[in-house]
Amino acid sequence: MALDRWIALILLGICLIYGYTAWFTMDESLAPFMRRNPIWPSTFPKVLSIFGIIACFVILSGLEKGEQKIGDIDHRRLTDYFLGQAILLLALMVVYALCLRPLGFLASTSLFLILGSFILGERKFHIMIPVALIATVAVWYLVQEVLGIFLRPLPYFLGA
Amino acid sequence: MLEGILIGLQTALSLQNLIVVIGGCLIGTFIGMLPGLGPMSIIAIMIPVAITMGDPSAALILLAGVYYGAIFGGSTSSILLNAPGVAGTVASSFDGYPMSQQGKAGKALTIAAIASFAGGTIGAILLMIFAPMLSSVALLFHSPEYFALMVVGLSAIAAFAGPGQVTKALLMTILGLIMATVGEGALFNLPRFTAGIMDLQSGFGFITLAMAMFALPEAVFLVLKPKNLGDDGGEIKDLRITRAEARAIAPVIGRQSVQGFFIGVLPGAGATIASFLGYAVERNIAPKAEQDEFGKGSIKGLAAPETANNAACTGSFVPLLTLGIPGSGTTAILLGALIALNVTPGPRLMVDEPQIFWAVIMSMFIGNLVLLILNLPLIPYIAKLLAIPRNYLIPFILFFTLMGAYIGQNNATELLLLVFFGICGIALKFANYPLPPLLIGFILGGMMEDNFSRSMQLYGGVNFVFERPMTLALLLIAAALIILPIVRARKARKAAA
Repeated sequence: MALDRWIALILLGICLIYGYTAWFTMDESLAPFMRRNPIWPSTFPKVLSIFGIIACFVILSGLEKGEQKIGDIDHRRLTDYFLGQAILLLALMVVYALCLRPLGFLASTSLFLILGSFILGERKFHIMIPVALIATVAVWYLVQEVLGIFLRPLPYFLGA
Repeated sequence: MLEGILIGLQTALSLQNLIVVIGGCLIGTFIGMLPGLGPMSIIAIMIPVAITMGDPSAALILLAGVYYGAIFGGSTSSILLNAPGVAGTVASSFDGYPMSQQGKAGKALTIAAIASFAGGTIGAILLMIFAPMLSSVALLFHSPEYFALMVVGLSAIAAFAGPGQVTKALLMTILGLIMATVGEGALFNLPRFTAGIMDLQSGFGFITLAMAMFALPEAVFLVLKPKNLGDDGGEIKDLRITRAEARAIAPVIGRQSVQGFFIGVLPGAGATIASFLGYAVERNIAPKAEQDEFGKGSIKGLAAPETANNAACTGSFVPLLTLGIPGSGTTAILLGALIALNVTPGPRLMVDEPQIFWAVIMSMFIGNLVLLILNLPLIPYIAKLLAIPRNYLIPFILFFTLMGAYIGQNNATELLLLVFFGICGIALKFANYPLPPLLIGFILGGMMEDNFSRSMQLYGGVNFVFERPMTLALLLIAAALIILPIVRARKARKAAA
């Protein structure tokens, strides 16, 4: 089965769960006076779930004819590309998300930029480190000091 | 009116106000380039500065300059990095980014600058002429018409769907609408589909989704298959547009200035719908050969949303200045600023304080001109962004996507959602599902449900469709927008057979 149909199958599952919630569970907690209204919180989701399920079935059954197009990157030959670098960068983003608060903006962002370049094959540390530090401090200054949006600069144990 | 124009010019051309408008445009452009900081946030940030200025005319001129600058800045990040910071510039990335990839970043930015200038200027002329009249027309639009207008906006997804892609585009739109129902609805005050997760109470962040669907997959694709973005070493060879290109985009700019302006006048519609509808309309009326170019670097596909969103921004000032009704989040913040400055917008503003009303309109002309004059020479430097080596540029793109999502919601959970949705976006891209409809569905979903619910409540059911002719007409247009591409594709298949 082609990838687009696999995805349609997953989306069908999502629409079924969404529809089940809208049709069978959402209205249970509805106050009696709200039940007299022509519109309930579940009305719009109910309509959407039906349309979503129909669209998934149309794709799964191949009713609409279209060409199978392969873009710039062929997903069937992913290992031919720099897959490891891409996965490592995505993992680095997750680590950054988890460290942003405990480590503070300055340390986590500098490390993110340095490690990101490192993963991509950069080894000129004399350029990487100053660029990362300058960019981090500049962005922090712009966001926190100029725009007034709070970004904890230092790790939590330093109390900033 | 002539007297008003002269009063406005006198106020807007004072040295202080000229400096203010230039400063506002520059601040707006540079901050607007940062994904996550759209016009609304920038204007909100600038309000204290504007209020401390004391003079309402100068304050409004500053905020209008920031507004236009932010829209142009947002287009720059859409075109160069495929990272639209605001919903109104999403459509600009459809053709702007492919142009950048083809080494035409300079040309794309020039077209964006000229289209924005033309859209804003023609919009300002229309504002002068139609402001008093349009305020009464805008009042004719009620919830049923707004709902129908949203349906038209969503049906415009037909414009994004290539042959055999209509169902996929519709499914993506529905998925966007489904995602928009997560969290507390404005009407019901009940958390829906949150699975008990507190961070989902306010729903998914628009910036998070925009970054996940556009910037993140693009950056990951650049990692998977390296392309030298700066093939020309950052030298912008084709900054100028040719006479043939100018001739091609001129009618697009003309049409979209008018269409965008009138859509902008409708409260709630604004730059986002204007840009998507503008793109859809231009694609549908283009000759067959040019239609295939849309989404692959068409100059018309870039000029249309760029013109429409600027014209709509100008149009959104009509209900604000003439009725005191903000048509969008941005104009709502401007209304707050006006009230803080002891100015009450409404039908009496033109009579009681003409210098403010006309100074704002004149500053729109000046702001647009300043943006064009400042930005055209800056384009080669802005486009040099692409000459940054890949090993440095990609971590920075990823960092800005993360920052955009973080600043938008001030919540670290958003960063995890960004990565999760980014991976989903990559999978959808591999499977050839169009991503723009998902984002359009998400953006319009909340407004659509609110208006649908209000209409149902007011008319006791779906009777509103038949009781309001304008609603019915708009829904018929929406149906035509969906059916036409299918009929066209069937005809093409028959002709090929």
